[in-house]
Amino acid sequence: MGKNLVGNHIRKLRFNHDEMTQQQLADKVGVTRQTIVALEKGNYSPSLELAFRIAHAFSMPLEEVFFYGDNTEE
Amino acid sequence: MTYQEKKSIVSIISAILIFVSFSAYKYVRYPEEGLEPTEALRYWGSFVLVLTLVSILAHIVISIVFNIVFRITTGEKEPTFADELDKHIELKANRNGFFVFILGFLLAMGALAIEQPVQVMFVTLIVSGFISDITGSVTKLYHYRRGV
Repeated sequence: MGKNLVGNHIRKLRFNHDEMTQQQLADKVGVTRQTIVALEKGNYSPSLELAFRIAHAFSMPLEEVFFYGDNTEE
Repeated sequence: MTYQEKKSIVSIISAILIFVSFSAYKYVRYPEEGLEPTEALRYWGSFVLVLTLVSILAHIVISIVFNIVFRITTGEKEPTFADELDKHIELKANRNGFFVFILGFLLAMGALAIEQPVQVMFVTLIVSGFISDITGSVTKLYHYRRGV
């Protein structure tokens, strides 16, 4: 919606983790695939809890998965 | 198109179909000669009550049929839970729907205050209920497509 300032590297990280599918990540963190799609497209900023769960799924610190700034993926 | 988007579209279409067909059914049965005030209240009271019951039942039936058709056509199961995005969108849809209904409620009370017939008040209330239902579904569709 053009005002989302929390970006993420989820798409890139999924491919770096054995080409994990959106559904696999969704199952791992307990959300629907639709939510992962919305996160990757920058249409939704996750709650802090979900952000931590996603970072944990990739075994990475939060700031390496999410970033604050413009909504274009680096 | 996702399950939620399809469900919102089905919800909009079914709300319109239920409302239009029920209103058409009741319209042809509306007494031609003027009603006594107590009879008018009874008529509109039963209109609202029956429309509410019919609407709830029809929505349940349509939802079941939709889930069956969705499973058959896509081979996917419908989501079994609502996550934080779903709840977030549901809250926004409820907020917008309630806002529209309250606006309609105030208009209905305004109609009484300016001494309009009681029918005007009931029609305003019924139409605002219908529009608030549509508003909720349109809000869901919008946020599922464009994000939150």
